[in-house]
Amino acid sequence: MAIADLANPTRFLAFANRTIPWLGGLAVVAFAFGINQAIVAPDDYQQGATVKIMFLHVPGAWLGMLGWGVMTIAALGTLVWRHPLADVAAKATAPIGAAFTLMCLVTGSLWGRPMWGTYWVWDARLTSVLLLFLLYLGVIALWRTVEDPSRAARAAAILTLVGAIDLPIIKFSVEWWNTLHQPASVFRMGGPTIDASILIPLSIMTIAFTLTFATLVLAAMRNEILRRRVRTLRLMQASAAS
Amino acid sequence: MAGAAHTGFIIAAYAAGFIVIIGLCAWVMLDYRAQRRNLADLERRGVTRRSTPPRPEPTQQQAKEKA
Repeated sequence: MAIADLANPTRFLAFANRTIPWLGGLAVVAFAFGINQAIVAPDDYQQGATVKIMFLHVPGAWLGMLGWGVMTIAALGTLVWRHPLADVAAKATAPIGAAFTLMCLVTGSLWGRPMWGTYWVWDARLTSVLLLFLLYLGVIALWRTVEDPSRAARAAAILTLVGAIDLPIIKFSVEWWNTLHQPASVFRMGGPTIDASILIPLSIMTIAFTLTFATLVLAAMRNEILRRRVRTLRLMQASAAS
Repeated sequence: MAGAAHTGFIIAAYAAGFIVIIGLCAWVMLDYRAQRRNLADLERRGVTRRSTPPRPEPTQQQAKEKA
């Protein structure tokens, strides 16, 4: 099957039905391995045992940003190419990206209290991630407010493209401003600065969370296609009755 | 021990992660069931998509058996 064939919702549903069990199964295996590695990982020489919170916090941050990245590409698909699945992908991804961003904020707070002495500071990194979470809530609210899916898609796509400005701000905030949050230690020029004993479990947990994210997005897209079919059929039924 | 003092924060963080993952899986699965149920309900009432092949009419023998 060519990738272009997936533009057809019926073919996409067949693809999703085949792919979701495999992706979900891979995610479970990756989690089993990742959690085992996280348990046996040594304490950090500075952070102590709280480094284990990073195995959730870093994937949460990555997937919060990835989710908005997916929605940005989908927004272009909606506004420029009018791709039939673009707004389906955007709508399906928003709650999932919001949940992972919330996970990043909560776990970051729980790490911050013992390490920084506070749950929250208004530094550039934390504030820009909080802004990302609020943008997610804004997009979800837009989808719920506008009844016609195609009109909601256009409004949400514009907000998504505007909100995409926040992604480089999050990434470079630790370089542009003096922040309490530490600078990049994984995705940086010159390679990661983390010891392999921590980097390996962190990478496996990131893969597990990313597989889960992909599974959930595919499943939520399948749900959204079915919801639109239900809506169309109900409209047909109503117009036939009148 | 600093490690023991921080155990509560670690457990709380993993509980938050667990709630997020389980919550998302439950939301997606329940929504899928709801949409399938809605579609089945519409189909039962004879409302189908134009591209969906119509259900074959029951034969006289089947109608008699049903009666």
